Amino acid sequence: MFEFANPAVFLTWLVFLPAVVALVIAFLPLRGETIKWISLATTVVVFLMSLSMIFGWGSVKFQTGEEFAGMQNLFAIDWIPSFGIQYLMATDGISFPLIVLTAFLCVLAMGASWPIKKHEKAYCVLYLLLETGMLGVFCALDFFLFYVFWEVMLLPMYFLIGIWGGPRKEYAAIKFFLYTLFGSVLMLIAILMLYFNSDLRQLPADQLVATGVVSPHLEESVRQERVQNILNSDAPQHTFNILAMQYMGQHTDLFTTPNWLGQSLQWWAFVLLGIGFIIKVPSVPIHTWLPDAHVEAPTPISMILAGILLKMGGYGIIRICYPICPQAGFDLAYVVCAVGVVSMVYGAFAAMAQTDFKRLVAYSSVSHMGYVVLGLGVWSAVAGNDFNPEYWEMGMNGAMFQMIAHGISSAGMFFIVGVVYDRVHHRNLNEFGGLFAKMPVYSGLAVGIFFAALGLPGLCGFIGEVLVVLSVWNFSVALAVISAAVVILTAGYILWAVQRVYLGPEYKGPHGEALTPITFREFSIAAPLLAFAIYFGVNPQALLNYMTPSVNKTVVELTEWAKDNPSVTQSQQPATVATPIRPQIES
Amino acid sequence: MNFSTLVDNLISDTVEVSLPLFVPELIVCATIVVLLTVRVFRLAEGLLLALALAALLIASGNDWLATPDQIALWIALAVLVVNRLVNTGRYSDPFVLALVGSLLAWWFAVPDGLLGNWTGVERQEIFTGMLVYDSFTVFFRMFLLAFAAWFVVLVRMTGLADREDGQDFYTLLLGATLGMCLMASANHLMTIFLAVEMASVPSYVMSGILKGRRRASEAALKYAVYGAGAAGVMLYGISLLAGLLGTAHLPTIAARLAEMDIPSLIASGESGGTLMVLALSALMIMVGLAFKLSAVPFHFWCPDVFEGASAEVDAFLSVASKAAAMALLVRVALGVSTAGEVNPEPPVAHRAVPAQAVSLLLSPDGEAASDFGELSRVAAAAPTLPTNAKSTPLSPVRSFIVQLLAVVAAVTCTFGNLTAYGQTNIKRLLAYSTIAHAGYMMMAVAAAVQLAGDNPDGARTAVAALVFYLGVYVFMNLGAFAIVAFLRNAIGSEEIADYSGLIRSAPVTSVMLTIIMISLLGLPPLAGFFGKLLVFYALVAASGPWMIALLVIAGINTVISLIYYLRVAKTVCIDPEPAARGPLSIGGLPAAYVFIVALPVVIYGIYPVPVQHIAEQASKYLLM
Repeated sequence: MFEFANPAVFLTWLVFLPAVVALVIAFLPLRGETIKWISLATTVVVFLMSLSMIFGWGSVKFQTGEEFAGMQNLFAIDWIPSFGIQYLMATDGISFPLIVLTAFLCVLAMGASWPIKKHEKAYCVLYLLLETGMLGVFCALDFFLFYVFWEVMLLPMYFLIGIWGGPRKEYAAIKFFLYTLFGSVLMLIAILMLYFNSDLRQLPADQLVATGVVSPHLEESVRQERVQNILNSDAPQHTFNILAMQYMGQHTDLFTTPNWLGQSLQWWAFVLLGIGFIIKVPSVPIHTWLPDAHVEAPTPISMILAGILLKMGGYGIIRICYPICPQAGFDLAYVVCAVGVVSMVYGAFAAMAQTDFKRLVAYSSVSHMGYVVLGLGVWSAVAGNDFNPEYWEMGMNGAMFQMIAHGISSAGMFFIVGVVYDRVHHRNLNEFGGLFAKMPVYSGLAVGIFFAALGLPGLCGFIGEVLVVLSVWNFSVALAVISAAVVILTAGYILWAVQRVYLGPEYKGPHGEALTPITFREFSIAAPLLAFAIYFGVNPQALLNYMTPSVNKTVVELTEWAKDNPSVTQSQQPATVATPIRPQIES
Repeated sequence: MNFSTLVDNLISDTVEVSLPLFVPELIVCATIVVLLTVRVFRLAEGLLLALALAALLIASGNDWLATPDQIALWIALAVLVVNRLVNTGRYSDPFVLALVGSLLAWWFAVPDGLLGNWTGVERQEIFTGMLVYDSFTVFFRMFLLAFAAWFVVLVRMTGLADREDGQDFYTLLLGATLGMCLMASANHLMTIFLAVEMASVPSYVMSGILKGRRRASEAALKYAVYGAGAAGVMLYGISLLAGLLGTAHLPTIAARLAEMDIPSLIASGESGGTLMVLALSALMIMVGLAFKLSAVPFHFWCPDVFEGASAEVDAFLSVASKAAAMALLVRVALGVSTAGEVNPEPPVAHRAVPAQAVSLLLSPDGEAASDFGELSRVAAAAPTLPTNAKSTPLSPVRSFIVQLLAVVAAVTCTFGNLTAYGQTNIKRLLAYSTIAHAGYMMMAVAAAVQLAGDNPDGARTAVAALVFYLGVYVFMNLGAFAIVAFLRNAIGSEEIADYSGLIRSAPVTSVMLTIIMISLLGLPPLAGFFGKLLVFYALVAASGPWMIALLVIAGINTVISLIYYLRVAKTVCIDPEPAARGPLSIGGLPAAYVFIVALPVVIYGIYPVPVQHIAEQASKYLLM
């Protein structure tokens, strides 16, 4: 039970430790601060555990490098055998940075939860359950397990917004729930469609083990027997294994069977899954839950929402949509990119129009997550360059980097807004001004974090954006120009907000007397965020080292698929881009 | 075969085959008799005991304290006598009798060995084909009797069945349970009708059991009138079908339908009248079933009865009655639409040929009794019928049933969910929720019938989905109504608005209510989700435009049901406590009851394998 050198034990504790502590807290007669300290300690332990994977616990170690691009620390345990549902988890370069980000932001957001004085026990229990759900989503590689974790987050989030939120909390909470549940139901239908068309017999024996369908930790003889059982069975062997589905999507015809309205099965699966994920991202036109949820949620929950929950949409697209449904992804590349670009532009304009500080930050999230969708969707690998995967690799790496960067900067921005809201109890941009004079340290941190979001070179926001824009250039010049132009809009609304809030002669709004310098607690939450924003801006390789191998592997596999696929090779256009830009990622 | 062999066969079949398999029902019958006569007994009992004592004393003579076991016997007898003399009323408490009776019956209903490695019971017709005994029967009997035991405890705790009229209440309860057990094992149109009535009539009385309450009496009257109407229509349908086909035995009906070769009837365009009568009788029988299922458009009684009757009775109606009706629906829908054609090699060894033969001979229509050729023909026809679903003579029957069920299920589900929106009374809300869930469950039955033709395994999986759904639904609805009953006792209200902020004063109950609501909604990791997933799974497995349409409708319904389930959770957990309510306590024991009933919702959500195993075994020997 405590053999941490075993990936099954380690990852299980990593994911479920918060839930276990939540249960303990729920049944112990504790009050007030104690509960918060216990919760904070739990989040810190989880964070340290996630970091410790870099250094290793015996066989549990997260390694970087080309040869470790695949899944690491994989384990599989039968859960509901009659449906082939497994308790299957693993990490790779795509999920690992997000796991660390989740654990890190959970620590900071717990620190930001100190001002919450209402029903502290319930708050901490729900918060910890939420953390389990989030970590589980990034670790799970069985579609059913993934779905369970995905849904587990909903209820805690609903109550966290609904109980501790602002004036319109109930409306915002139910709206969040309704949108996400709608997406989940679509996702569930897609999962069942894929499940019924999957067939493990089409996988080679080594893949059955590599994907964890047959646990690699079994005895050699038992493993062989199980593999043979699957391969020799008469009926199709359905699976929920995401890795196996990826293989089926790229190497077999299982998901290309014609389906409804002349579209293939995977086209429908891609659309249904895509809507489910894009609601979470969120992209225009299904983003409307986000401003409400963000504005009404308490500060720490806004940090979690923006920092982690939105990333799940992007994670789902890169992990599930494209690898399982490559043909549909190829056919719909323009739609996905258009959704991304529209979100960027719309989000930026909407942010510019806001007078509520938090709402502005919320719309900036819509805009910034647009880069993620765009970067993931750029199918530039096949845009007439002899299947050179470099550009798409660049786009995907950019998108992944942008996810982490946005996780840092948006969580920071929401915290910054929360700090000032705690003091003056309003967020009206037109009533701010002159905060620099009263809260110099805070304002310095704030401006730094806002600049990181703006995409100032040298800060983390820049790297992701530039990688995405560069790769889009090879896909569609028009989209590249628009997405580059959005940087100007971003600069516009952020600089304008900075000017209205921090600059100016003096603060004239309500509760001016409450504007005290930030406390140590607040400082120690904002400062690490700014530090990472600077560090990743100056040394992006520190982060890219972890993710490029796995991201590149995903892209290379999809390119291989495209090479072998007649429908793609026939639709090849001659090269339209004369001046390829050398990708600058080395790994 | 002369008359005496016939009688001999009948007797040996009844005594040797049927009765041993019918023990749980017999125990329920005995309990009812004891309950009814217990007051008379009490006088006679003391007399009997005194006589026994005296007899023992005389018989043992002088050495009446010779051995330790004799001493033990004497002590036991003495304790009994003292107990009788001092506290006679307690012994004959109807609660104890009902609980012991239902537990005993349950014990005999549980198959040999533990449920964990239960391997099912093969199909066998008993009582000359009137009933069928297979895993499905075993499961539902067990389910209903276990529910009855839990329910007896609940009504005792809430005080609905008090000392005076407890006897009546438990008698009605066990009577209805008996009827429901018969519903789940019915194999003949007459048993179907009898069982439905046997389950319904006590239910009418139970909904009006609260004497002096106008709403309760109104509910009971409405229920009875509606039920009588539905029963009449159903009986008419039964008589049409039996008259047309000359039999009321379900497998024989299927065989006759297969013989009629409906595809060629349709193709020839003649005998439209026959088809019309067939369709009409199916619709009429469906009316009776839909009434029990509270399916739209025969659901009108449901919210009114649920509101008027007490919450405990609602729990009974929404779980036991619903489960039995679902079982009956499966029996009828699969029974008449598959005629041994589904399995090219039926397991001959356990076909229980003698029982079946007798059943055919004794079909109440009487005409088959002389027709031996008929018998051999049916037996011979089964294996030789084509197995290809496209061309089987029963496929029109199946598609008719599928479409009928699909439409009813879709409308029921959507209507239930949409109407639940506007409800302010928790019992009405749960009534509409019950209606909606009946819709989801009927979808599984539709999928099963669709699959029955060419994929019997798939059909069994679809029925297993229904069984699983019921298996977790019992915890959700019993828990929900138990909470409503306990809260009614505590705050005297059943309006949702009066539940606001309950979590401050009754945390366990409120958390459990929230969990139940979310499970009814169908979110993982709660058991309700897995039930719903299995139904979705069956729909996808069945495929085809009807099933995909149902899948989409079920998905949309899940989303729209969010609002009202969550509203209850929101009222309980988020809304501030009203100042006027004052302190409230529902007590430790009720909270423990609620906790125990609702805990499986979480456990079986995280690890559904045990229930799933039972569900698979329960549906294993259908379609054979």
